[in-house]
Amino acid sequence: MTSDNDRRRGLLARLRERPAARSRGRRRLGAAVRLFAALMLAGGAYTVFAPGVQAQDNPPLTGAAAEGKALFDVSCVTCHGRNAQGVEGRGPSLIGVGAASVEFQVGTGRMPMARQEAQAMRKPELFTDEEVRQLGQYIQELGGGPVVPAGDNLHEDGNIAAGGELFRINCSQCHAFGGGGGALSSGKYAPSLAPATDRQIYAAMLSGPQNMPVFGDNQITPEQKADLIAYIQQTLKTDQDPGGFNLGRYGPSTEGLAIFLVGIVALVFASLWIAGKS
Amino acid sequence: MKRRKIDMAAVPGNAARGVDDRFQVATPLRRLLNKVFPDHWSFLLGEIALFSFVILLLTGVFLTFFYEPAMTEVVYNGSYAPLRGTPMSAAYASSLDISFDVRGGLIMRQMHHWSALLFMAAIVVHMLRVFFTGAFRKPRETNWIIGSLLFWVGFLAGFTGYSLPDDGLSGTGLRIASAIILSIPVIGSWVSAAIFGGEFPGTIIISRFFIAHVLLIPGLLVALISVHLGLVFKQKHTQWPGPGRTNENVVGERMFPRYALKQGGFFMVVFGVVALMSGLFQINPIWLFGPYEAWVVSAASQPDWYVMFLDGSTRLMPAWEINIPIGDGYVIPPLFWPTVVLPGILVALSTLYPFLEARHLKDRKSHNLLQRPRDVPARTAVGAMAVSFYVILTLSGANDVIADKFQISLNAMTWAGRVGLLVVPPLAYYVTYRICLGLQQHDREVLAHGVETGIIRRLPDGRFVEVHQPLSASNGHADGHGELEYVGWVVPKKMNRLGALGPAIRGFFYPIEKPAEAPVSPGHPPVEPRPEREEITSGESRR
Repeated sequence: MTSDNDRRRGLLARLRERPAARSRGRRRLGAAVRLFAALMLAGGAYTVFAPGVQAQDNPPLTGAAAEGKALFDVSCVTCHGRNAQGVEGRGPSLIGVGAASVEFQVGTGRMPMARQEAQAMRKPELFTDEEVRQLGQYIQELGGGPVVPAGDNLHEDGNIAAGGELFRINCSQCHAFGGGGGALSSGKYAPSLAPATDRQIYAAMLSGPQNMPVFGDNQITPEQKADLIAYIQQTLKTDQDPGGFNLGRYGPSTEGLAIFLVGIVALVFASLWIAGKS
Repeated sequence: MKRRKIDMAAVPGNAARGVDDRFQVATPLRRLLNKVFPDHWSFLLGEIALFSFVILLLTGVFLTFFYEPAMTEVVYNGSYAPLRGTPMSAAYASSLDISFDVRGGLIMRQMHHWSALLFMAAIVVHMLRVFFTGAFRKPRETNWIIGSLLFWVGFLAGFTGYSLPDDGLSGTGLRIASAIILSIPVIGSWVSAAIFGGEFPGTIIISRFFIAHVLLIPGLLVALISVHLGLVFKQKHTQWPGPGRTNENVVGERMFPRYALKQGGFFMVVFGVVALMSGLFQINPIWLFGPYEAWVVSAASQPDWYVMFLDGSTRLMPAWEINIPIGDGYVIPPLFWPTVVLPGILVALSTLYPFLEARHLKDRKSHNLLQRPRDVPARTAVGAMAVSFYVILTLSGANDVIADKFQISLNAMTWAGRVGLLVVPPLAYYVTYRICLGLQQHDREVLAHGVETGIIRRLPDGRFVEVHQPLSASNGHADGHGELEYVGWVVPKKMNRLGALGPAIRGFFYPIEKPAEAPVSPGHPPVEPRPEREEITSGESRR
């Protein structure tokens, strides 16, 4: 009878009802089950909301970034690690370097590096522009960072004179007055600017690759960057040297070589010729 | 009216007689015009320097018409767009105007600079000739000293001229010069303040350098060159030993007319080479360096080549600073040793060398005959040592460019320079000494045994020997050779030099004459030409 009554009184009444007496064993068991349930709940919630090691394996990547990750896993992972966190003694972490850095390093063929040396050198690119963009997208979504503005011509309304002054103050120390590059310590060097495109120069300023310092937007504003690129592209590269062959624009060292190899050699031959006519 | 006939052929003679009647110049002029110049190409090296100095004077005068030696600040508004609107000194702006707006200005500037480099290069090459042939010995020590002074005065002329455009590169050089002056103990800061009119760069240095560059230093150069040439006329030329040449005579061509004509032609050649280089090769593109600002220092900032050895010695010098605890402490910076002490030693050693050598050899005789470098191995080896020392310093002056372009570590270049500076000169001494002895030995061998003929003879016992052509007739020695004295002059080493074979075919790229028939040995009568043979016919005429 009692069981029938209970069933009629409903679930809530049954829960409210305190059992008069339970055995000690049952109470212990109940506590353990509740603790287990609470732990499961907390752990589950943590797994759902908090980023964890497990979570990084499958980040919500966009299409391009996913393609980039596929490329990364094949070409970059050896030195930069599975999650671009870097490998001690091989390659630095790429978290936060941004798409600008990828565009410069991979777009100029510097990455992937041929070997570990003082500095990566420019090589024929291994990836197409599209692949570079995908890699950049992946690194960008991984940790953010600087991005080169859109467009191929980044010096549209640059002021050459202002750019020249900025270039001489900020760039010529390493890249030399003609943009031909120069030596740094222990095998490092500032490369020639001759093959660099607008986007690559911009990316280099933003990301500070290899031994170059970063020239962020608060040091050299985007307008000044346009001036600089205009000076490099329009004056240093496209301006013809009015004085003739520029001898590589290495300054007086090649001029000294020329006076001996051309001037003195020609005149010694001339004096041989004149003295021989007796 | 009767027309007077003028005999054109007599005009020069009459005019000359008229001049001589009034000024009595015929006798001294004849002496001058009859001066004899020995005919050897190496005597023309000094002329290259003289002629480039003439070009320097001509182009330099042109440049002064347009150059403004002032450091007043102006805003550039000329035709070089990348600098328009930039504040700069009037000196730099006028240099830009010479390059871009003055008609023919750029080529004049480039000719001036190239001939300056050529002037210094020719001085050095000429100096090497004089050194290695012993032309500096008594009685010509004074001219050697004047010649070395000419190098250093030319050095100053080059440095002041290089600074005049007031561009970024020359300003960097000027800054280094001021640092060098400051490094001199005790007087450094006073000298610097006196030269720059206060703290570097001040506002006066360009005008001071200008007057030094266009008046004082060229005046000194002209004076030194005049004395140099006057002494050459007074003491006469040295000459190589050889047939008919003794210590008491000079064999060669008279100055007038042949030598003067040749020299006129050679001046044209030098001028042509300088003009050609200036048209083809750009030098010192000041518009790329920008105006001088203290904070602008470009990579690959080098001085011109003749100053580069000082830059090199500075780069190689370890940073050894000497602190002297007097008063507030006194510092001799490391810069002092490579840029003040080293050039001082070099000047002293080079100018005093003739006396040092004479003292060492106890040689007080007058020498008018030259010596071949191989005949004085010690001097030649010392010269090689000096040249290698200088070359290493000069290369080190450009070590950043070399490191970058040949992809060598800059630190490795510096250490290679440091080690090389100490190791290479002694090595050069040893190698040169051995080469000289070897060349001498070969000459003596040919004198003793004759010229190699290229004929291999097989002896009855099966040995092979090369037949040698003795240089002298047999004088009854067992081996059939005569004795020939070693006189320090060219020994024939090929059969065609002896007339035993046809002479070598002359011509640089293609033969300019038909090769002569080789003389036929008297042992073998010349082969008779083949008799003409007639065609055997039937005897009938075909016609």
